Amino acid sequence: MRHIISILLENEAGALSRVAGLFSARGYNIESLTVAPTEDPTLSRMTLVTSGPEAVVDQIRKQLNKLVDVVKLVDLMEGQRIEREMLLIKVRADNGGERDEIKRLADIFRGRIIDVTESAYTIELTGDGGKLDAFIAVIHPRRILEVVRSGVIGIARGEEIACRLSA
Amino acid sequence: MKRGGVVELTGAEIFVQCLQDEGVEYLFGYPGGAVLYIYDALYKQDQIRHILVRHEQGATHAADGYARSTGKPGVVLVTSGPGATNAVTGIATAYMDSVPLVVFTGQVMTHLIGDDAFQEVDAIGITRPCVKHSFMVKDVRELAVTIRRAFHVATTGRPGPVVVDIPKDITAQKTDYVFPADPTLRSYKPVTQWDPQGIRKASEILLEAKRPMVYTGGGVILGNGADELTALVRWLGAPCTNTLMGLGAFPASDPLFVGMLGMHGTYEANMAMHECDVLLAIGARFDDRVTGDLDKFCPHARIIHVDIDPASIQKNVAVEVAVIGDARGVMRDMLSALQASGRRLDKDALAHWWRQIGVWRARDCLRYDRDNVDVIKPQYVLEALHRLTRGDAFITSDVGQHQMWTAQFYHFDKPRRWINSGGLGTMGFGLPAAIGVQLAHPGDTVVCVTGEASIQMCIQELSTCKQYDLPIKIVNLNNRYMGMVRQWQEFFYQSRYSHSYMEALPDFVKLAESYGHTGLRIDRRGDVEAALKEALARRDRLVFLDFITDQTENVYPMIAAGAGHHEMHLSPDRELA
Ligand SMILES: Cc1cc2nc3c(=O)[nH]c(=O)nc-3n(C[C@H](O)[C@H](O)[C@H](O)COP(=O)(O)OP(=O)(O)OC[C@H]3O[C@@H](n4cnc5c(N)ncnc54)[C@H](O)[C@@H]3O)c2cc1C
Ligand SMILES: Cc1ncc(C[n+]2csc(CCOP(=O)(O)OP(=O)(O)O)c2C)c(N)n1
Ligand SMILES: [Mg+2]
Repeated sequence: MRHIISILLENEAGALSRVAGLFSARGYNIESLTVAPTEDPTLSRMTLVTSGPEAVVDQIRKQLNKLVDVVKLVDLMEGQRIEREMLLIKVRADNGGERDEIKRLADIFRGRIIDVTESAYTIELTGDGGKLDAFIAVIHPRRILEVVRSGVIGIARGEEIACRLSA
Repeated sequence: MKRGGVVELTGAEIFVQCLQDEGVEYLFGYPGGAVLYIYDALYKQDQIRHILVRHEQGATHAADGYARSTGKPGVVLVTSGPGATNAVTGIATAYMDSVPLVVFTGQVMTHLIGDDAFQEVDAIGITRPCVKHSFMVKDVRELAVTIRRAFHVATTGRPGPVVVDIPKDITAQKTDYVFPADPTLRSYKPVTQWDPQGIRKASEILLEAKRPMVYTGGGVILGNGADELTALVRWLGAPCTNTLMGLGAFPASDPLFVGMLGMHGTYEANMAMHECDVLLAIGARFDDRVTGDLDKFCPHARIIHVDIDPASIQKNVAVEVAVIGDARGVMRDMLSALQASGRRLDKDALAHWWRQIGVWRARDCLRYDRDNVDVIKPQYVLEALHRLTRGDAFITSDVGQHQMWTAQFYHFDKPRRWINSGGLGTMGFGLPAAIGVQLAHPGDTVVCVTGEASIQMCIQELSTCKQYDLPIKIVNLNNRYMGMVRQWQEFFYQSRYSHSYMEALPDFVKLAESYGHTGLRIDRRGDVEAALKEALARRDRLVFLDFITDQTENVYPMIAAGAGHHEMHLSPDRELA
């Protein structure tokens, strides 16, 4: 099964490589990984998507928790959550019909055209992974020039605070 | 220098001060450019004794031997680059067996880091997969608290090696020194409490057992729980087995002890594992050398697992009750809960269980050709060693057949007496480890049981032994083969002995003498005992005993990798039906 693990990590050189090294050394699967600083400059937020049998994911959580740089870890699959990913996609659009068609598709998916040239559009789209996949699927592969995805981030739904450094 | 009670010190002086404040007795090290300020500061003090090894691998193993035999952290100082890389094998060895070490590596000047500077390696990167944690010191004001944290992390929870990388310029800079009172890190919270529910459930299951079995490992020794284990097992009246790492936690001379389990464990221990209905596992990690084929592991048992590391639990084997906590405290609470229940285990069932174990025991699985006077059987040497040291020596070993025979034939009654590399299986461990053990226990007998292949991997440390007058006894079981490799080749590669014969061996007697020690070569069975006696009587000298042993002897019993506990091989003359 797929798991989204949200981690508060010490914002220190080397912390990221400890997480990445753990996955390669133990042969765990990583689907995506994003890291950025938080409102507290001493902490980074990492969101990691992995999948595997329950016993393996259980080990992944335990091994991550064992890393001294991991301050807090929550598996977002344990509750209601919102997940988002951003897609930047550059597509060929060099005649009128194509340009209209792409604009229409972007609108349907609530994407935004954020850069335009005579022959290409760059579109920004956010949503869960399935929505991004669907958008990519409706564009003819020959038109796709480049695809950049951010990897998943997630947050618990409602008032629940899944992963915060308690005071 | 002094301002209002605060002292200004250089980084190097702070380093020394911190080690003194941590109560460090011995620092195992080797100098080089990046650590010269620290060596200069060491020169000016006499509280910490620096032990100069001959190779940085030796420093880490010596610190490791010190740590395993005392329970205190072992401390190492090496220079950058090759100093750090040479230390890696010892760090990995300590990591696999959960031994608390603090290893300081020198690093090039901060402004040169990343430039491929002279003797620069990414020590943090190279050691990352084999440390519990590591720190790079980037500011001299952080040095003291970092050292304090390194000791805290290494010694608490599941212990392990911690590396602290210190750039040279940091050791020259000055700052105010104040002892950092608080070593804790917000992100590191070792387990200090455990779930009483788990203890209650475990006790319930134990009380219902008809064929109970207690299987314990290195965790009981690391957690100083030998007395609690002994009390618990005796109350249960259950058979107890130990892993290779757990030997000595329960007295081998107690009738409840059924020997080591696993690949080279006893018939009775492995059969009892296979047939038990309740298994209590404490501070053991269900290693593949212990479990064999997981599908055939303890097929009838309800399993209770006590371990301080949540990641050890449900890792290889699914267990019914898990108690995450310190072995000693948990065993104490478990015994109280059992006693408070007012109940005992079913007496008749236990008696029946012990009769069955008696039948297995009667196979006498460790029997060997004891009466053979034509060759020296390695087991015979170890039995004599046990008798002559009254089972009370500290024994280190290397890796191979001699290690297994020592585990089988030197019956350890006390914890922290058996010092060997189990998880990594590092040849070259034995001699430097003995250095650390002998320094920690100056009046005690310390014996390194080794093989002619293993001993050559850190033989240079004979020089260290001379410099510090360490009267270690080396028992070299010289079979002219990498015996353990030869055994596998005999069993699984149709006796094609590819590169396992030890040619061009040195004359170990002369070698020992050239280092300033005493050497004895023993090639007749009738001389074994006298030679051991003579060596043990030389309390002031290192004696190297080169026993020319039977080349063809194999370690039995043996469970082939991947087989079940009940699929054991005994020696050829008593192979199972
Ligand atoms: C040639 C060779 C042959 C071998 N053959 C065998 C064999 O036949 N049988 C055998 O048993 N081994 C054998 N080994 C050793 C084997 O490889 C493992 O090292 C060993 O089995 C592991 O022992 P352990 O389970 O006690 O774990 P250890 O490595 O000692 O781990 C200790 C466990 O205890 C936990 N722990 C630590 N501190 C505490 C505490 N305070 N409280 C509670 N828990 C704690 C840790 O989290 C860990 O899970 C062999 C090795 C070699 C080199
Ligand atoms: C550093 C290292 N290299 C290789 C091995 C693989 N190995 C395990 S046992 C062994 C042979 C050891 O021979 P010896 O020291 O003579 O002991 P014996 O088995 O003969 O008692 C070897 C090569 C190892 N454990 N460690
Ligand atoms: Mg040999």
